[in-house]
Amino acid sequence: MSAKTIIHGIYNDEEKLKEGAIQLRSARIRVKEVFSPFPIHGIDPIIGVDRTWISICCFIYGLTGMSLALLMTWYMMVGDWPADIGGKPSMAFYMAIPAFIPVTFESTVFCAGHGMAITFFLRSWILPGVSPKNPDPRTTDDMFLMEIEAKPEDESRIVAMLKASGAAEVNVK
Amino acid sequence: MQHESAIREPLILGHRTYHDITEDIARPIEGKANKYWYLVFTIAVCAFTWGIGCLFYTIGTGIGAWGANKTVGWAWDITNFVWWIGIGHAGTLISAVLLLFRQKWRMAINRSAEAMTIFAVMCAAIFVTMHTGRPWLDYWLFPHANQFGSLWVNFNSPLLWDVFAVSTYFSISLVFWYTGLIPDFATIRDRAVKPMSKKIYKFLSFGWSGRAKDWTRFEEVSLVLAGLSTPLVFSVHSIVSMDFATSIVPGWHTTIFPPYFVAGAIFSGFAMVETLLLIVRKVLSLEHYITVKHMEYMNIVIILTGSMVGVAYLSELFISWYSGVEYEAYAFLNRATGPYWWSYAGMMTCNVISPQLYWFKKIRTSLTATFILSIVVNIGMWFERFVIIVTSLHRDYIPSSWTMYHPTWIEVGIFTGTIGMFFTFFLLFARVFPVIALNELKTILKISGESYKKEAANAAHH
Repeated sequence: MSAKTIIHGIYNDEEKLKEGAIQLRSARIRVKEVFSPFPIHGIDPIIGVDRTWISICCFIYGLTGMSLALLMTWYMMVGDWPADIGGKPSMAFYMAIPAFIPVTFESTVFCAGHGMAITFFLRSWILPGVSPKNPDPRTTDDMFLMEIEAKPEDESRIVAMLKASGAAEVNVK
Repeated sequence: MQHESAIREPLILGHRTYHDITEDIARPIEGKANKYWYLVFTIAVCAFTWGIGCLFYTIGTGIGAWGANKTVGWAWDITNFVWWIGIGHAGTLISAVLLLFRQKWRMAINRSAEAMTIFAVMCAAIFVTMHTGRPWLDYWLFPHANQFGSLWVNFNSPLLWDVFAVSTYFSISLVFWYTGLIPDFATIRDRAVKPMSKKIYKFLSFGWSGRAKDWTRFEEVSLVLAGLSTPLVFSVHSIVSMDFATSIVPGWHTTIFPPYFVAGAIFSGFAMVETLLLIVRKVLSLEHYITVKHMEYMNIVIILTGSMVGVAYLSELFISWYSGVEYEAYAFLNRATGPYWWSYAGMMTCNVISPQLYWFKKIRTSLTATFILSIVVNIGMWFERFVIIVTSLHRDYIPSSWTMYHPTWIEVGIFTGTIGMFFTFFLLFARVFPVIALNELKTILKISGESYKKEAANAAHH
């Protein structure tokens, strides 16, 4: 197996990068990664990034939070020690539940929000102490970088395509 | 690419490029602070230190050091708690509700508004933890396994709902704010020259690289967090209002409280955002990004919420008479004409009359007028909480226990201290954090930037 070369096409405009990515796709060349200072809308289907499931995870965390709160209020107010507070006896959960709605709601939001944020940090591996992986420091400022892994024989073809689509700079490693 | 109507005023003035945005917003972080910053910072730290001293005095002596008494059990502590919590609400409103409504003008102001939220909730937390009298036992507020004969917290009580609401609100706001900061910290990291600052921003940016998949997740997380924060922010102040509304104290026993408190919170919060941003845009030279149009939009929100507050005051007054309950009627008569009439008059003038001035375009687009009125509104909203709490309590059912409440210098000190703490943190924030969500702002440059809009308009003519 031959060694692969890494080609970086650096653009100064996100629309040009998108154009370039479309051309590469029609030539059946896979874009390995795109680094940008802000989200480029519409790039995901072009370079084959699937939709994220994180909001579905969030919904499940929310359900967990709600169940935990219901279990907690039932156990503390009804199961373990039913108390008659201000003439509002907690003898049955269904009778006492209206008063537990606020805490249940807060617990749902707490678990959904934090669970989703933690999932995001772990799945994208953005944590304190992690080293950044963007190949060029300008990609967090005003440059948009497309990374392509290619066979050495395709190299000149890809470089030409990137330049034709308006790349400001093309680097081959 | 998305296009915007030519008649909408641009949100980024002058000709700017992506790189210019980075430069303009990174400049205050990379440069040195001017002497005004040091002057204001010194004053803020002095006030903060005085506040800490007063806090320690209160802990050592007990809350007898405050002016609260047997009749007026809640006074400055809860007034200040509700005031600060209310101020915090604008930050979440700007970052979450305006995101859901796709309001692009939020992008220049959301970062500092969210920072304000976090610092304001921290100030509020000081009062609410101190007012229990024995702050070292505050962990009793949370349900925890204990040896008190299986004694649990009371989930029927709005005071407990508040514990859950405020702690959820603070932690979710913090996560929302920090998630948004990560890509901007990465920008500062990649520009940093000094090794020490490179190291610090590398740590703060969590190794963010800006990959396409990360951005997809980032946007989804922001949107869902906004969706979660929107009902959350309404729930927090509704629950704060239920601390009063579920009791049977005349003057508090009102079903209008939850919407009225939420409107009041947004009202005072926007006023505080204006006060801070008018200073920030001037001191950090961000006039191209935080424009007069932004102030006008916020002033429009202030007219709306100020009018809602006005309607609430008047309907409360009407219902107290119409209910036929003499205790209710007296509570309101006493507010307006009793010994604390001046606080009621102050509240009415500052909150009901002054925001109506914004109907005039000249006033609404004048930065001086906005600055003055934003402070007036905040004074008014402080009076509102004082009126609700102290005037309702000081004359209860038994005239023999009627009394007056006067704050002690300790209470004044703690309040001044929280203002000092708020400004200390905000000034530090303005020095080391990007005060504008700079990468998010780049997404609207080509749509709402002045020079780009002009180009698009010219192209349309030919």
